[in-house]
Amino acid sequence: MIEPSEIEAMLRAAFPDGRFAVRDLTGTKDHFDAEIVAAEFASLSLLERHRLVYAALGDAMKQRIHALTLKTHTPEEARR
Amino acid sequence: MNDQVKKQIEDTIRSHRVVLFMKGSRQFPQCGFSARAVEALKRAGATFETVNVLADNDVREGIKEFSNWPTIPQVYVDGKFLGGSDIILSMFESGELQRLVAPPH
Repeated sequence: MIEPSEIEAMLRAAFPDGRFAVRDLTGTKDHFDAEIVAAEFASLSLLERHRLVYAALGDAMKQRIHALTLKTHTPEEARR
Repeated sequence: MNDQVKKQIEDTIRSHRVVLFMKGSRQFPQCGFSARAVEALKRAGATFETVNVLADNDVREGIKEFSNWPTIPQVYVDGKFLGGSDIILSMFESGELQRLVAPPH
């Protein structure tokens, strides 16, 4: 189990200028939805973007997060 | 992951063009994300093999190490890791999945 705020702290460490919205989908603190806007995603495929996010979450992704739905955009994509 | 599991995974993804490692089976998915991946592949017109990772814990953990991807489901096309549920769904919505997996006309 993990708090959305902990997830956001890890994302902020990896994406210092990013914007995040993390939601607990089931109230059980292990199924989350995260929308991330970060310049680091520019020119990356969806797979590479998701890999970056999983790397930022490290072991929490393996042990404490059961499911994480991701929406990853660059600032330009988010403005469209 | 021991070599036997790695070989088992490699053999599976080499002998079927499209493989879905999932929780449960095509008829009885045991997890919403796995169910959505089955649905997307079906509607994309894919002929695909499924592997129920709940039936074999070595494969369940081995596949995550194999692809360096921490969650299930996982889709492989032509022996290469394509992505998890999110990516498969967005590829379905963009039509990219259909182009990739639909049988050649």
